[in-house]
Order: sequence, then structure tokens, then C-alpha cells
Amino acid sequence: MIINEHVTKVYHMGEVDLRVIKDLNLTIDYGEFIAIVGPSGSGKSTVLNIIGCLDKPTSGRVMIDGTDITLLNTTQLANFRGENIGFIFQSFNLIPVLNVYENIEYPLLMIQNLPQKERDERIMKLLKDVDMLDQKDKFPDQLSGGQRQRVAIARALVTNPKIIFADEPTANLDTKTSNQIITLMRNIQKEFNTTFIFATHDEKIVTAVDRIITLIDGVITNDKRVVS
Amino acid sequence: MKNIIKMSFRNLLRSGRRTILTASLITIGVMFVLVYAALSGSFKAYMVGQVTDSMLGHIQIHKKGYIASVDNLPLDKNLNEKQIDKITQLLDENRFIESYTFRLKLGSMFSNYVASTGIRLNGIDPKKESLTLPLFSSRLSGMDTASLKEGSILVPELIAKGMKVKKDDTIVLVATNEKGSVNGLNFKVAATIEPISGPGGRDGYIHIKDVKKLLRFKKLEVSEVVIRLKDVADLEKTMKLLKPLVMIKNQKNKSVFEIHTWKKLSPFYNIVKMLNIMDISIKIILISIVLISILNVMVMSVYERIKEIGTIAAMGTTPATITKLFLTEGLMLGVFGAIVGSVFSFIIVFIINSVGITFSFGRQDGLTLNPSLGLNEVFIVSVIVILISLIASISPARKAAKLNPVDALRQN
Repeated sequence: MIINEHVTKVYHMGEVDLRVIKDLNLTIDYGEFIAIVGPSGSGKSTVLNIIGCLDKPTSGRVMIDGTDITLLNTTQLANFRGENIGFIFQSFNLIPVLNVYENIEYPLLMIQNLPQKERDERIMKLLKDVDMLDQKDKFPDQLSGGQRQRVAIARALVTNPKIIFADEPTANLDTKTSNQIITLMRNIQKEFNTTFIFATHDEKIVTAVDRIITLIDGVITNDKRVVS
Repeated sequence: MKNIIKMSFRNLLRSGRRTILTASLITIGVMFVLVYAALSGSFKAYMVGQVTDSMLGHIQIHKKGYIASVDNLPLDKNLNEKQIDKITQLLDENRFIESYTFRLKLGSMFSNYVASTGIRLNGIDPKKESLTLPLFSSRLSGMDTASLKEGSILVPELIAKGMKVKKDDTIVLVATNEKGSVNGLNFKVAATIEPISGPGGRDGYIHIKDVKKLLRFKKLEVSEVVIRLKDVADLEKTMKLLKPLVMIKNQKNKSVFEIHTWKKLSPFYNIVKMLNIMDISIKIILISIVLISILNVMVMSVYERIKEIGTIAAMGTTPATITKLFLTEGLMLGVFGAIVGSVFSFIIVFIINSVGITFSFGRQDGLTLNPSLGLNEVFIVSVIVILISLIASISPARKAAKLNPVDALRQN
């Protein structure tokens, strides 16, 4: 469970203090499929960065699975992300020098340090799940946008994270590919009970999620559960 | 660690041309340093060997003040029998000394019955001289030092040419002793001596007994004691053991003896010192090349990959691992440069040896350089290069590790 209590985030821009998030209180259960929506500058990405343990709030508490992440140092935060959190980025962010298989293998090898056999089993299963098995030896620059995002999803999932954060995952994809990617994530959420938290403008995602949190000027203005 | 090496290696390959350029710069630097060290080393070893093994020995003992007036070859600054006994006693119990010999030096007139010229003469004990100066024979035309007989003279090539004398000719030596009495004796030319740079490089040699006869000395007198060590490296230790000789004072409370190493006696030692300074300067240039080129490459690769660093940091790669990734990258450039540079240096030194490069020094022509690359020199240079490449990578690597993933991911 993710609990945000009185979270604020202030950026110091010269002499001006920019209050990006104001007293945010938000609880998210495991297995939820949530979209955080709002206009540009509303603080979506900042919320995502804070609950994704990439950034610390100026005040307030963020509890994930009973751990107060505001108390962790840089290395502890990195380890916490490596164990519990997966990221999917707008521009995929695959490592160009690694092929598809190795990109997915990276977190297991460099972060979780799993034995070869277990790594291989997990990667092969995920490659099948995201339908990229026949492309596993290709390098990112040899793949289409949709294929790259599938690899990125597999990479985010391979550590069995409890939560996956996705910042505009479909922004660089065409409609058909976007729909395929959304369906893929939905299936994974159902199969593994993984929490997906999106920050997005994309209507296709918004219509697919179970819960829509609307953020305007750093304040939650609407928290709506959709029955699909 | 294996995975870090693998990742770093791939990152190096990613900008292959830049990597090759930097690595070859380091390679060339390493090659330059090692080949220079091999060449100057062989030159030094050759020249030092020539100077010490054919002329000066490693250490010389004289009566106090002899060296200061050595150009006059004074006869009143010779060592007497009592003093010689003292020296012999001390030399015989010194375990670093291989052998030693006595010389009686004098200035003399050299005449071929038609013309005459001045000559500096060394009276030597042929057997001991050949043991103490094993290379001396190599400067003689077709004979051994040890076989020099009484009544024979070894003539320096310059005088032989100028006076038009050759082997087996008879010449006259005329000398004045310190009491002013003049004496002349006939000598047969046994061989001519190749000249060598430095003091004494143009001296003639006769048997020490002949000098005694020529100068009408009743007792044995000696101008200098020449010492050869088992290992030149023990020069300082031997000098320490010879200290008691310097402590001996006469009635006027002045030292009786003076002891000099070859370094003090040969002007060539200054050239050796200069070569050593050059050696260090070239190493400093190499260090700058490695430092600047690796720093440059590493700073560039951090800037190019900010977003990627943000990605791996977001996924949970710890700052320590990111530091290691970049350190390994710089380190690998250094290791590659050091290994390839060393291999090429061995090849170049091998080629120089098989071609045989000759050089001239002073009046000596056709000296062959035999450069050899010491493993310890290769080791030292490699360690310097690898260490410097590591140091050069520290700052870029730390910058990468300190990047805030949120800011890094925002970069395009």
C-alpha cells in the first residue's frame, strides 16, 4: 500500500518559491490501475517522481509497503527502487549498447544480482508475454517505437516490482500501437496484480484505467473510481 | 564486477573511433617512453661500462690533493709503501671489491728519434690491470693487457699516428724525476690504444717496473689505486667501508688520502644525469597525455549519457555502481594503451637490435646500441599509465554518480 500524508514539494527558483504540490494526501492499494491526469505544470510528474522514490518531498510522509521513503539515503533509495519499483518512460530509455535480451537482463544482473538460470527463465517468459521473443537479439535502434516500449515494459516487470510508474508511456506511439501497449499492461496487471500508476494526457489510457486522479496546480481536485 | 567490465567495454565500443584515437594516443606515449628508456639505458650502460671497465674503474684512491693537480701528473703526491700497505689491508677485507690495481703516473717525452712529443704515462701491473679493467684489452689493437712485458709500451692511437710509429717500432721515453734527474729508456711498441672520451682517454701505458727504472725510484711509489667492485650497485656501501682511510690525518691534521667514485672522476656522469632528467621529463609528458585525453573522453561520455545514467539510476543502480562503471571505462582505456604500447615497444626494441643502430660519441665511431627493455621499466610505466587513467576518471565518474535521476531523465 502507498500512503502519502500531507506531502508538499517546493522548488526554489531564484528568489521565488514554487509550490508544486500542496498538502497531497493519497492512498493507493496494490493492483490498482491508476491515471494521474491534469494540464501541463499541474504537478503530475512531480507526484510520480515522489511516490516513485526518485525525488523527496519538502514535507510530509510517503509510506510504501510500511517503509517511510523520506528517511532513506540515496543508496537506500536506489536499492528500494531496484527491489520494488519499475519505470516505463515516454521515450523508452533502453540502453543502446545492450540488445533486447540484455536490456531486460540489466536490472537482474546489475541491481538484483540473480543467478543465470533464474534470470533466463524470467526473461524468456516476459519476452513471450510482450511478444518479442523473436526479436531478442536485436539492438534498440533496430526496433520500432512499439517494440521498444514492449521491451521497456518487460524490463520494468522483470524484477517483479509491486508498482510500475509510467510517465506518458504512449506519447511517442501511434494509436494502434498505443492500444496494444495499454492492453498488454492491463493483462499484466491482471496476471501479476502489479500496481500501474500513469501520468498522462492520453485519452486512451484514461478510458482504460480504474481510477482517475485529477491534479490542478498541485492539488487533487478529483479522485474518481471507474467501474469497467 | 564481470558485468561492470562488460558494460564498460560496450560503452567504449559505442564511440569506437574516439576510443581508438584515445587509446592510440596513450599507446604512442607509452611506446615513446619505453623505447626512449631502452635506448638511453643502453647508451648509458655502454658509456658507463666503457668508462669504468676500461679506464677509471669504479673507485680511485689518491694522496690528498692529487686530483686537484692531476693535469701536472705530480710525482711528489705519490703514495709511499707504508700508505700502500694501509690501503691494501683495508681493500683486502672489503667483500664488495672484486680486484684493485696500482698505477704510477708521470709526464714524459716520447721520441721516435726524429721528433718528440709529450705523453702522459701510466705504469701498470699488467695482470692486475686486466682484472680490474676487463674492457681495457678491447681498446688495444690485437693484444691482451695482461701480456704487456717490461720494455714494451702501449701507445695511444693519436700519438702513434702523429709520430708515425707502429707495432714493434722502437721509441725512447725521457722523464725527469722529482729531484730533477733526467733519464731515457728504449721501449718497443706493443700495441696502439683506441681513444676514449674523458680524462686519461689518451694515456700511454708501460710496466710499473719500467717507471721505477725510468725515474730511478728505489722504493715502490704509486699515484693511484684503481678499484673494481663485484657490483656497481654497491658503490655507496663500499665508500662507507673505505671511510677509515679518509679519517687518517697527518701531523698537520690534514687527511692523507682522497677517495673518488667514477661519478666524480668522469665528465660523462653529467651526461648520465642529464639523460635521467630527460627520462623523467618524458614520463611527465606521458602522464599529461594520459590525464588530459582520458579526462576529456570521460567528461564527454558522461555528458552524452546523462539521460541513460538517469535511467539506470531510476531502475535502482546505486551511485557506487555508476561510479564503478565509469571508472572501469577509463581504466580500460589506460590498460589497453599500456598493454599495446608495451607490446609495440618490445617489437621496436627487437627491430632496433636486429637492424643494429650505430652512433658516434666523442672520437669514437661505430658504437652499436643494444637497447633492452627491462621488465621493471615496463611495469613502472604501465602502473603509472593505469593509475593516471584511474585518477582522470574519478571526477567524471563522481559527477555521473551524483546526478539526480529526475534532472538527468529530463535531459534530451
